[in-house]
Amino acid sequence: MAKSGKTAGGSHAKKSLSDTTLLLVITIVVFFAMYIGAMVFQGKGFLKPQTFFNILNANAALIIAACGMTLVMITGGIDISVGGVAALVSMCCAVYLDYHNGNPAVACLIAIAIGLGFGLVQGFLVAYLDIQPFIVSLAGMFFARGMTTIVHTNPFNVENEAFVALKDTRITVPGMGSVNKIGKYVDAYVEIGVIVALLAVIILFCFLRWTRKGRNFYAVGGNKQSALMLGINVKRTKFLAHLLCGLLAGIGGFVYFLHVGSGSASHASGLEMNAIAASIIGGTLLTGGVGNVIGTFFGVLSLSTIQNIVSSAGLDQAWWTGITVAAMLCLFLIIQSVIMARKKRSS
Amino acid sequence: MKDKSVLEMRNICKSFPGVRALQGVDFTLQEGEIHALMGENGAGKSTLIKVLTGVYEKDEGEIFLKGLDKAAVIRSPQDAQRLGISTVYQEITLCPNLSVAENMYIGRGKGIRQDWKKINAAADKILQSLGIPAKANQQLSSCSIAIQQMVAIARAVDMDCKVLILDEPTSSLDDQEVQKLFGLMRDLKAKGVGIIFVTHFLDQVYEVCDKITVLRDGKLVGEYAIQELPRLKLVAKMLGKELDDMSEIRDESLVYHEADGEKPVFEAEGLQSNAGIKPFNFYIKKGEVNGFTGLLGSGRSECVRAIFGADRVIAGKMKKNGKPIKISKPLDAMKQGIAYLPEDRKRDGIVGDLSVRDNLILAAQVLRGFFRPFTKAQANKFADEYIKLLEIKTASADTPIKSLSGGNQQKVILGRWLLTHPEYLILDEPTRGIDVGTKIEIQKLVLKLASEGMSVTFISSETDEMLRTCSRLIVMRDRRMVGELSGNELSQSMIMSTIAGGDTE
Amino acid sequence: MSTTKKSTVSEFFGKIFRKQIFIPLAALLLLAVFNLITDPGFFEIKLDVNSAGNPVLSGYLVTILDYGSELAILAIGMTLVTAATGGQDISVGAAIAISGSVVLRVLCGTNSRPETLQAPIIVAFLVSCLVAMLFGAFNGILVAGFKIQPMVATLILYTAGRSIAAWINNNELPIVSEPSFGYFGGFIPGIPVPTPFFIALACMIVMALVLRFTTLGLYTQAVGINEHSARLNGLNPAFIKFLTFVILGLCVAVTGLIKVSRLSSINYSVIAKDIEMDAILAVALGGNALSGGKFNMGASILGAYVIQFLTTTLYKFKVQSDALSAYKAVVVIALVVFSAPVVRERISAFWKKLKSRKKEVA
Repeated sequence: MAKSGKTAGGSHAKKSLSDTTLLLVITIVVFFAMYIGAMVFQGKGFLKPQTFFNILNANAALIIAACGMTLVMITGGIDISVGGVAALVSMCCAVYLDYHNGNPAVACLIAIAIGLGFGLVQGFLVAYLDIQPFIVSLAGMFFARGMTTIVHTNPFNVENEAFVALKDTRITVPGMGSVNKIGKYVDAYVEIGVIVALLAVIILFCFLRWTRKGRNFYAVGGNKQSALMLGINVKRTKFLAHLLCGLLAGIGGFVYFLHVGSGSASHASGLEMNAIAASIIGGTLLTGGVGNVIGTFFGVLSLSTIQNIVSSAGLDQAWWTGITVAAMLCLFLIIQSVIMARKKRSS
Repeated sequence: MKDKSVLEMRNICKSFPGVRALQGVDFTLQEGEIHALMGENGAGKSTLIKVLTGVYEKDEGEIFLKGLDKAAVIRSPQDAQRLGISTVYQEITLCPNLSVAENMYIGRGKGIRQDWKKINAAADKILQSLGIPAKANQQLSSCSIAIQQMVAIARAVDMDCKVLILDEPTSSLDDQEVQKLFGLMRDLKAKGVGIIFVTHFLDQVYEVCDKITVLRDGKLVGEYAIQELPRLKLVAKMLGKELDDMSEIRDESLVYHEADGEKPVFEAEGLQSNAGIKPFNFYIKKGEVNGFTGLLGSGRSECVRAIFGADRVIAGKMKKNGKPIKISKPLDAMKQGIAYLPEDRKRDGIVGDLSVRDNLILAAQVLRGFFRPFTKAQANKFADEYIKLLEIKTASADTPIKSLSGGNQQKVILGRWLLTHPEYLILDEPTRGIDVGTKIEIQKLVLKLASEGMSVTFISSETDEMLRTCSRLIVMRDRRMVGELSGNELSQSMIMSTIAGGDTE
Repeated sequence: MSTTKKSTVSEFFGKIFRKQIFIPLAALLLLAVFNLITDPGFFEIKLDVNSAGNPVLSGYLVTILDYGSELAILAIGMTLVTAATGGQDISVGAAIAISGSVVLRVLCGTNSRPETLQAPIIVAFLVSCLVAMLFGAFNGILVAGFKIQPMVATLILYTAGRSIAAWINNNELPIVSEPSFGYFGGFIPGIPVPTPFFIALACMIVMALVLRFTTLGLYTQAVGINEHSARLNGLNPAFIKFLTFVILGLCVAVTGLIKVSRLSSINYSVIAKDIEMDAILAVALGGNALSGGKFNMGASILGAYVIQFLTTTLYKFKVQSDALSAYKAVVVIALVVFSAPVVRERISAFWKKLKSRKKEVA
């Protein structure tokens, strides 16, 4: 009797361990499978390394914002204001650069300040006043979008010279170039934003993995009550998560701005959704306590690859993007839910 | 002798609104001693421990710790940890998603970076020295519950604890795992740690403890060396009956005389639920009052929850008036005329924000169906009727139930089920946490209902209540049915010896 | 003498203050007074003749009655979902786009500019009801079956909804030329009051009847307050939650009909934009806890009209439609902050302190 009980416990434990890594493995495999599949069936475009770098270029902002989202989700929260914040950041920066002839470095500081401001307020409301993160960030999202329109109504392109120079800076990736139609060798390149995004991923990975504060995030998400008993300041940890998420949304907003070079109230629409989807696809549990930014990084790549495949397959209409993202999110949410239910039943 | 004590609690008092949870309790713990803290529900064990660990602040009294000249000030769990008091709770208070080493070291130390390599090595060393079969970098959720408990203990040991509190650590362990845990406890004892052990398993107390302190109704009953206090005496102390007056006669005026020869109203055979009880057989006749008895955690609630379909039934057959029935959810049981007043009133009973009226009619309304709501007049009539019948003290039928006192809340829930006119009524701890007057009212009501032909199962922690109301008692121990008492066997001493099991001397 | 009078007065106000409907009423009063001071013309109602030669009422108040009615219909469903699940459905805007698109698709068939209707309006409406309820059921299954938090679960449809709406009509913009189709979102000839108000009234009556003749209200509240207890009383909490989402789906279909009728066409990305925020706000402003449990349908409906009052007031001050959400977000935050238990405790503690100090002074 005792023995059977034990083995049952053991096998369950093994499963739950693999479940968390399994999610990450699924994501990485899905990404490579899709990419290779695209190479084989759609040929040309996907064979060029530049296509991959373009995916990175276009999604640098999403990677940064999704990393912030992952942080919050690990502590068991959520932040759907990241898209709105990104839009507000690009509009504010655009107005500052063009109407006040500002310089890009200060614009970057503005972006960071806006992000921190949102993080600060939302973090305070969630952590110290114990209000549902969803309601808080929903209001944050609407506030940011509304403010964007108030700052400036019409979309416009930024013509500030220093900024345009920065925007067009291309960093060559050696050895990855390809020969174009007229037979000329073209270097592969990435934009500055990609460097920022990769840096963010690496720094956050280290933060979550090796620092005391980083591990506290997992403890709070895993079991709030236990974390409290273990002597962790739960409120401060939650606050920090939202603050960092706001900061990353600000930086992400600036990178987005750097990529598109314009201000508009409709910028970064659906960014929050993509960020949540990327985190969840990357193995972050909605219930908190599990996840890491490497997974999120691959989550973003999977999402954008599938969008690329969809658009290059001739389903060019914009609606397909929304539907595919939603379908993927739905699928992964259900997988998670089933895993959680099974875990619960077996324990 | 005195300088060997690591912990002395003197005259500890603690009150909550309406309850005096602790009244002048003393407690002493020696170095290298395993000390059992015993008592039934509401005896004040958990309050005492929460005072000691800083979850509650005491109203009066002093706590002395070895190495401290003055009385210790404990205001938070962190304070307690710093003073060398560590607690391992029944539910594991670790994070399953972190590694073993992380669980041992998180929330301690300073600085930004944590040298996990060093910590893993240190953790491995401790685990090894305590003989815990776990690796530092293993994820906690991949360990069995027993190992998780031990990791919690290892964390406490590494924090240099002088007093280790184990609050029902064995309730979810199997025998082998319990043995491992005991081994670890003995090792710590040899190292001079004082251990407070709270459990409801009597066998375990006698296996591992040196001393027993018994609490009852928030007061100290006494401190005894383990040899001085055989099982039966311990049970008697916990329940508050002297052995001599255990032959007390039941109050004949209240007792219902069993109708013999009738067929059972409800029968269960080999019933087993997912809550971990062993398969059991059960029957109840028309107009009978029977009861499940046993110590806390013995499985008495789980039995009736299985009957009502509140837990998932995994095996067994049920019959109602001789006809086979299937109960897979509470509604099935309700349709068969079974009613169940749950043990945890706050969690499972009341619907806090709803009015007394809505709480009263809820079950009857569900039975009546979605498209046939009671009219306002009907609901009011029921509410008035039952408020009067059960003498529920409430400002009005519109008052939210959560603002009523515990006893009155319980009466509302009781009224809710009476309104469904059940054939078979299950009352799980209906008298817990309510005033004495109401307790007696409820017992009288039970007997009145039975005399009108209703079958009732009555569960209570207080055996004299059960003796007064029940004509047949089913005794539970360790989630198993271990005996059935009726007729002349119904006495405190028989109940106690059956509960205690083993050597009853 | 004077003290007893004072106490009865304060008692009277205390009683009103404690009533749930006090919150939306106070907000309404505040807005009304504000408008009265800045521009009494706000309350003017004129009887005009519209382009079709019918007498119609016009003025800010009529606008509020008109557009507030859409919101009121949604608030009915949203209140139930909130009560049972303790979460909100943020996909209602997208779902309105879908059901509106379905109506047009059925009316127009494959031709996007038909001369005559391809199907009766009632059929189109019923089909859209069915579709909207299906999408509600989808949300309901995710929430009740898979136990995903309502807001995250409905985020899926929130993202995909408008795309699905566009896909239903092949991304074309069908236009209905039949004038009678415009009645639902405009005026019925001869009646100067906007039709949406009558539709909302019908919905309210239906809801009132449902609450009166079924036990929906009791069940949703019981499930929302204490799921464990509800289960032990024979209820099926998952089914109740599912049901509330389906009912919300029905409300969405009705709103969708009004929305497309207003334009006789559809703009997938703009139709019912940000309406989820307004619907949630209506529930909150009605004094209902966003964490579920007890609800007051009347207060929610009144809350919806108050929100529209706010919107119209903002419009009057030349606030752009896209900027509205910023102001409303501030209102939401203010509402949830003041209803947060932590804040309430602090306020009541502060109140007590103040009182005791007053006593000391006396």
